[in-house]
Amino acid sequence: MSGSGVKEGGVRLQIDGRALQVAEGSSLLQACHAAGISVPTLCFVEGLSVVGACRLCLVSVAGQPRPLAACTTAVGAGMVVETRNATLALLRQLGLELLFQEGNHVCAFCVASGSCELQSLAQQLGVDHLRYPAQRQQRRVDASHPRFLLDHNVCILCSRCVRVCAEIEGAQVWELAERGSATRLVAGLDQPWGSVDGCTSCGKCVQLCPTGALADKAWTTGERQVDASVAARLRPTRLEPVRLPAGWDTPDGMP
Amino acid sequence: MTMERRLVIEPLTRIEGHARITIHRDRQGLVQEARLQVLERRGFEQFCLGRPFTEMPALTARICGICPVSHQLAAAAAGDQLLALEPPPAARRLRSLLALAQIIQSHALAFFHLSSPDLLLGWETPPERRHLFGLIAAEPELARAGIRLRQFGQDAIEAVAGQSIHGAWAVPGGGLHSLRVDGRDRIRDALPQARLDARFGLERYKQVLDRGGLADLEAIVSLKSLFLGLVGPEGQWCVQGGALRLIEADGRLQADQRPAGDYGQLLAEAEEPWSLMTFPYVRALGYPRGLYRVGPLARLNVCNQIGTAWAASELAEYRQRNGRIVLNAFASHQARLVEIVACLEAIEQLLEDPELLDPLVRHRASLNRLEAVGMGEAPRGTLFHHYRVNPDGLLEHVNLLVATGQNNLAMNRTITALARHHLDGLGTASIPEALLNRIEAGIRAFDPCLSCATHAAGQMALQVQLFDADGSLLAERRR
Ligand code: SF4
Ligand code: SF4
Ligand code: FES
Repeated sequence: MSGSGVKEGGVRLQIDGRALQVAEGSSLLQACHAAGISVPTLCFVEGLSVVGACRLCLVSVAGQPRPLAACTTAVGAGMVVETRNATLALLRQLGLELLFQEGNHVCAFCVASGSCELQSLAQQLGVDHLRYPAQRQQRRVDASHPRFLLDHNVCILCSRCVRVCAEIEGAQVWELAERGSATRLVAGLDQPWGSVDGCTSCGKCVQLCPTGALADKAWTTGERQVDASVAARLRPTRLEPVRLPAGWDTPDGMP
Repeated sequence: MTMERRLVIEPLTRIEGHARITIHRDRQGLVQEARLQVLERRGFEQFCLGRPFTEMPALTARICGICPVSHQLAAAAAGDQLLALEPPPAARRLRSLLALAQIIQSHALAFFHLSSPDLLLGWETPPERRHLFGLIAAEPELARAGIRLRQFGQDAIEAVAGQSIHGAWAVPGGGLHSLRVDGRDRIRDALPQARLDARFGLERYKQVLDRGGLADLEAIVSLKSLFLGLVGPEGQWCVQGGALRLIEADGRLQADQRPAGDYGQLLAEAEEPWSLMTFPYVRALGYPRGLYRVGPLARLNVCNQIGTAWAASELAEYRQRNGRIVLNAFASHQARLVEIVACLEAIEQLLEDPELLDPLVRHRASLNRLEAVGMGEAPRGTLFHHYRVNPDGLLEHVNLLVATGQNNLAMNRTITALARHHLDGLGTASIPEALLNRIEAGIRAFDPCLSCATHAAGQMALQVQLFDADGSLLAERRR
């Protein structure tokens, strides 16, 4: 997905009735963005690897039996794509509802209320009730880190934190453990976050978390402050080679 | 409490939204005890465990929706102590402003909307006319004054805390944002009308008292108890940031100038097999002798004086009418009006204070203590939030002592006294309509935070059951 230099000619396709041409190897999501068409996403972050975890970016591609995740599907010549129809709307709603139903979300006292991507998508996509009863699983809060906390109750397992920590910060503190409905986020070797030596306390994971799952301990209800430009700044960090200013030495042992 | 009881809670016989009262006779057929069966609140405390303490102001405010500001303030006060800091002066003033405004709006609801139909239209008015709409028809001026006063309180809360739609304004360390000049001016502009409305309510109510009003019931509902409330350093009336004073029915001091953290030394909670709620009592006197009350009546009993002119003179008049230590539960109505005046004057003083608008409203710190008690005066009485956290700041123990819980025992005693008065010597096992009215009035005097008792309009839905000594149901009456 990375490396998006425009190749000769590119690929022609049609999205929501509009013809466009994008670089070969682009994803459908990138094609949509290029065309100025917005598609809901939760796990996708520009500049990080793509995992296709949330299934909110589903689009319909003519000739395909099932909707496809736009972030993980490469463009193909002559594709006819629809980003909006009744089926997609229903599937996106259901996807969101299942995220709510799996966790324990009470916006009224959540740090992220008002700045939460999950909450604002629910509003945008008209999710105002749950078709299936909430699971009410017992989940914990890990507040062992001196500055931050992880509230498993509202973690939607999007893995943004996992990726930003491994791919940008290079610390690899986070991992998703177990499978299926038992999946959970773990720090280090499944230990309290505060005891993971590798954590540099840079806070990138907190900045990128779409919900209130990762938060600064100093925030109270509704006080989460994320800097929207962090995500945008990550892209060049990852995609462009870093050149040290002339005369600077590379630290020992580094290429 | 004697042993001669059949003690079962029957949740199935409870009608949703009704206050359920059970009256129990002894072997001689006399009323032994009456109980207001209240739904519990414990599940909520369980719910907080494992959560960060920083969420408590918003969390408790959402769950106890009847006086959300009071819970917010007590939770924030406990949070201050966990951080081991004192909020900046402006935040302390704004918190007081919120507490005062909450009392005005709640007392206005209790007096004008809920109780004055009884007090002004008369007990014997048929229940279908004895409610807010009946009052609007009969006394439109008074009804309007009540609605405006309530609005004044709400607007003042909104001016201070309003912008914080997500969560609570009060947070550990202070508040979220400072008060803007236009917000202060909005409150100031509304004050003169609020004063007129309070004066009107007081005058109208004094006329009722002068006509003999509730005199017939006073002796019945006079109850010897201790009284607990906050006072300032000089013993003056105070709703935020004061210390505890506990007095006996004759005015003797049991305890004075005690900090929130001492509440567990002063008070203990008993349990009864028939109730899911606890029965707090004064530890030194034991249960049930340590019966005490909190709320408007208690606050006016424990304070030496009120520090503002008009309220001081209303307090003097109130004491002249009722005595220095007032035991009669129905005097709470007048006490609420006196407190509305005290709150209006205190707000007026705060608005003149140059520190009120200071931009620094929050101090920051990380966790420095593992246990704390926050307290404040809620409209219905002293409220305690007791938290214990683990070294990461997650709650391990939560105890909320709310006013209605603390008045639980006194409410039952009051209802018992009314039941004795109406039932003993009646000859038959029936429940007269008059008893229902009196019970409703008895409960209203305490203004409990029960959903059955706080509907803004309309009479209280009641279910009263009479049991004999071996526990069989003799009579039941509902409305
Ligand atoms: S994470 Fe978002 S959706 Fe979930 S409770 Fe918090 S604000 Fe609401
Ligand atoms: S903690 Fe936040 S960023 Fe990490 S997986 Fe959970 S929701 Fe995603
Ligand atoms: S954004 Fe495509 S699956 Fe999450």
